[in-house]
Amino acid sequence: MNSLIGHPRLRGLDTMMLIRAYEERLAILQQQGAPGTCTSVGQEACAVGVIGALESRDRIITNHRSAAHLIARGAEPPRLMAEVLGRVDGYCGGRSGTLHISASELGVVLTSTIVGAGLSLAPGVALAQIMGQGEKGGIVAVFFGDGAACEGILHESLNLARQWELPILFVCENNQWQAYVHRLETMADESIFNWARGHGLEAERVDGNDADAVGEVARQTVAAIRADGRPRFLELLTYRQRGHFEPDDQAYVDKAELNRWLNHDPIALMRDRLMAEGHLDASTLASLESEVGERIDAADAFAQASAWPDPKQLLDFVYA
Amino acid sequence: MAFLTIEQAINQALYEEMQRDPRVMMMGEGVAKSRAWLLREFGATRVRNTPLAEAVVAGTAVGAAASGLRPVIDLLFAPFLTYAMDALVNSAGKLRYLSGGQHEFPLVTLCMTGSGWCVGAQHNHNLEAMFVHAPGLKVVMPSTPADFKGLLKSAVRDNNPVLFFTDLALLFEQGEVPESADHLVPLGLADLRREGEDVTLVSYGKTVRVCLEAAEQLSECGISAEVIDLRSLKPLDEATVLKSVRKTGRLVIVHEASGLCGMAAELAALAASKAFDALRAPVVRLTGPDAPAASSWVLEQAAVPNAGDVVSSVETLLANRSQSAS
Repeated sequence: MNSLIGHPRLRGLDTMMLIRAYEERLAILQQQGAPGTCTSVGQEACAVGVIGALESRDRIITNHRSAAHLIARGAEPPRLMAEVLGRVDGYCGGRSGTLHISASELGVVLTSTIVGAGLSLAPGVALAQIMGQGEKGGIVAVFFGDGAACEGILHESLNLARQWELPILFVCENNQWQAYVHRLETMADESIFNWARGHGLEAERVDGNDADAVGEVARQTVAAIRADGRPRFLELLTYRQRGHFEPDDQAYVDKAELNRWLNHDPIALMRDRLMAEGHLDASTLASLESEVGERIDAADAFAQASAWPDPKQLLDFVYA
Repeated sequence: MAFLTIEQAINQALYEEMQRDPRVMMMGEGVAKSRAWLLREFGATRVRNTPLAEAVVAGTAVGAAASGLRPVIDLLFAPFLTYAMDALVNSAGKLRYLSGGQHEFPLVTLCMTGSGWCVGAQHNHNLEAMFVHAPGLKVVMPSTPADFKGLLKSAVRDNNPVLFFTDLALLFEQGEVPESADHLVPLGLADLRREGEDVTLVSYGKTVRVCLEAAEQLSECGISAEVIDLRSLKPLDEATVLKSVRKTGRLVIVHEASGLCGMAAELAALAASKAFDALRAPVVRLTGPDAPAASSWVLEQAAVPNAGDVVSSVETLLANRSQSAS
């Protein structure tokens, strides 16, 4: 982390810049033939805002679009990049690749690329917590998108969480895209958070590109879950700025809509706000940018130098 | 020894394991009603009725298993497993491997299947081989009360996801069961139920008894049949099967599940690839048809191999032997 950073919001900006630079580097590597990824470019404020409100005793369930969640939780870009490239120094020894990176050491568990699977697993992780496994008082934050919200498992999960009073923070990052289909083509109802209200959960919707707003509502919501043990739901309105799976030319994207969201970019928003408020000046920003660039260069070099897994270990970890 | 039904043996295993280990818990549609005495003994935190929502019941069990609990879920009828397949196949079966060993899934899924109750194909579908095909899972289908108890206890203690199939027709069969709380039958070990010299009959579930009846009838004609009860389908006890095939030179595999890509196909391939030199006759598969199970008693029973089918198959095999020898 940059030594110039004192203010927590400045740390948040720095983390978002790191996430962005990491994923943009991956996109370049992928144009050169590395395995593709589902990036979270444009959604960084959701991760930074929500995960900043969690504690180490909490568990996080992410999905195929996981880089922002992992880095916001403290995952190291070199090990992430090594994982994406399928190398031994990756968080999962190269077995996951980009799509299902778990990092139990950080409390990021059970990452599945099956859209909606996290929603089926979260109640069990929370049940174990209230039945005395893990650190007392922990909650589960499960991240999913508007695509997963269209899976039936959302309703099974919300209903069970409410009925059993499981301490789960449901975080729907509504990024408008379900793979290559715009969500307005797939959803008869505009407001996902109202579906959660229909199941008896308290639910809010906020601007997912505003890290301050996300952080504020996340802190309140996490405190409420810790106080009464009941699940709650956040819908974060955001936008997937890049394609579904790199490389992706986004030929199917409405350019006017994309431009509207690019003009509401979470990093630019926070940067300009901090500068306007006097927490950030041009030279500090340049220093942050340069340090982020150096970290990503180092990550890239580390990942490319990391060894390939030994084929003799192909069958390790099938069974416990 | 106690004389118990299979239903009682299952309950005894659950009771003993819940008493032994406070992390063992049960979930499922109606478990707190159908096993009310477990609820009374261990309380509503550990014995939980669930919504009728197999996908999230299985997912919850998988999440709980990865987080320190040891859940047993009862999904009632095997066809309902299709709703639970994402959690079992994609999560429990794969996330240990994909995470480089970060997770373990000590989890047992109970379900019933098989002919005998006239419930039709959406409650009666022997789909166990689908799960044998899925990496990371173990699959068990015992046939005796003692094995039900011993294998269920081993399944609960195993750190991997185990699919535990109960053949409906056997539920109220009685048999001797060791009373010891330490009665364990290891996963992956077949049981040689009858020794013989001329032919090996391999089966599991209700058709083990079919094979034993056939062996009895064959012995009256001077044919000596060996009978193997697989008990576990995965891990598969290849050694016991191969040893017997090497002894008899003839293999008949019998199961109620349909044949295409089923256990019998796997065992036939096993014999062909690892004991080809010992085979003295073609391997025979006697299986259910590639058709949904009917409800009508007559049609339901017509889909299951019976002792007469086994006897005539063996007689044909041995007749061929006599012809080629003469």
